[in-house]
Amino acid sequence: MTTTEARPLPGTLALGLARGGAELRQFFRAKEAVLFTFALPALLMALLGSVFGDEIPGTDVTTSQMFAASMIGAGIISTSFLTLGVGIAQDREDGTLKRLHGTPLPAASYFIGKLVLVAVASAAEVVLMLAVAVPLFDVRLPTDASRWLTFAWVFVLGVISCSLLGIAASSLARSARSAPAVLNLPYVALQFVSGVFILPISSLPSWMVTTGSLFPLKWVSQGFRSVFLPDTLALQEAAGSWEHGRIALVLLAWCVAGLALCAVTFRWTDRRAG
Amino acid sequence: MNTIEVRGLRKTYGQHEAVRGLDLHVAPGEVFALLGPNGAGKSTTVEILEGHRRRDDGRVSVLGEDPGRATRAWRARIGVVLQNTHDAGELTVAESVRHFARLYPNPRDPAEVVELVGLTGKSRSRADSLSGGQRRRLDVALGIVGRPELLFLDEPTTGFDPEARRRFWSLIRTLAAEGTTILLTTHYLDEAEELADRVAVIANGEVVAEGTPASLGGRATAEATVRWVDERGPQLRRTPNPTALVAELGAHGELTELTVTRPSLEDTYLDLIGARA
Repeated sequence: MTTTEARPLPGTLALGLARGGAELRQFFRAKEAVLFTFALPALLMALLGSVFGDEIPGTDVTTSQMFAASMIGAGIISTSFLTLGVGIAQDREDGTLKRLHGTPLPAASYFIGKLVLVAVASAAEVVLMLAVAVPLFDVRLPTDASRWLTFAWVFVLGVISCSLLGIAASSLARSARSAPAVLNLPYVALQFVSGVFILPISSLPSWMVTTGSLFPLKWVSQGFRSVFLPDTLALQEAAGSWEHGRIALVLLAWCVAGLALCAVTFRWTDRRAG
Repeated sequence: MNTIEVRGLRKTYGQHEAVRGLDLHVAPGEVFALLGPNGAGKSTTVEILEGHRRRDDGRVSVLGEDPGRATRAWRARIGVVLQNTHDAGELTVAESVRHFARLYPNPRDPAEVVELVGLTGKSRSRADSLSGGQRRRLDVALGIVGRPELLFLDEPTTGFDPEARRRFWSLIRTLAAEGTTILLTTHYLDEAEELADRVAVIANGEVVAEGTPASLGGRATAEATVRWVDERGPQLRRTPNPTALVAELGAHGELTELTVTRPSLEDTYLDLIGARA
């Protein structure tokens, strides 16, 4: 029909933003998802943070402050890695991807939509966790711009690398029902070896630190500690410093590796079906 | 040019030949029904035509293009109504239809589409609160909102109650009357008879018969069965000339329980797929 050919197809970015709107509506209306990926890290922070009350020797910082700063890192990994890993496994199973594949939507717009979802959910997660950490554990919001700049790049690199890993991991789960279990296993295990649950990280056996250092969580949490804790606390890190250069390098490497993994593993439909 | 043209289509999964040398053509504006038992190769064929699956061999043209190399512009001209979807349950009917309308260059008015599928009263309800039949009509709304020239309907009325099926059929007739070409797969032979201009029966990955619902498998010219009851009990005779037989029988007086039947589409279909005992 000439009418169809005469009108241009909607742009990839505009469609991506439209997808983002639909994704956000669905995410925040699904109570399980909101409770599980959104409220759980904040709840863990409130509960565990209240257990560790002591000051770290030689500093005026409490373990709960250090834990809170680290836990914000775990929070945005929940809203990026878990949201996408579980969400895309669901999209594959409930017919979302198959239906979209039958429309003129470009694949890039689908991913832009997911990116919008993760960016908004992760920013909201940080706000929620700070709303718990500031009154409960006296976490001080930085006042100088350079710390907020550090926050911004750690946040952006952390969210992008873990989103890409989530997209790649979505293909690992055999079904949408098993996806939360399959993805939580590495996530929870990494929280133990990355200096989130057990602090300071220098108190962990060296093989654990080595294992944790291979993955993004350790570096995101370390980055957030450097934002929310005084510089004297850098001595408590595994390397005895904040290692900003290495944080950026590892997270960038995971962005590249994640992108490659996505390109290899992403499928519109479940190959096992039909 | 035919809207759909398929020659020698083949698809193999491992050792299993799902489609073996299938030929098919659908003319513009036609409502075409694909019948066949589960595992006959219906779904595989349709998924290849929709651009969802790659073929191993054969020539396929849909709206003048190869669906194996589907472009966005091509996808904008087709509509696909899948089976077994339960996506976007948190969005309302109106939100979903509006969202899908945005994906196309020349969509229908979303409110009109909701009206057309009879969901206006439910437009503010979330999809996961709809009944099975309502959910299916939402699927159709999403399939037609882009104003497709060709609509794929995969077993659209499975699980419908009889009244919902009638309403659904009238919706399909409306779309066909507007000139939409429709490829329908179904298990229900009355549905094919009701809606389709032509039907093809697929068995073991091949088309075993093709024609209008009335003539499929030689149905129109098949022998009729005449049944009646007389003083000797129930009687049955097969004849190519039932009218003459009835006139002859009638000469002896009134007959009890007189019926004249030709094979139903279902009888013909079961013969064709070799499933009749």
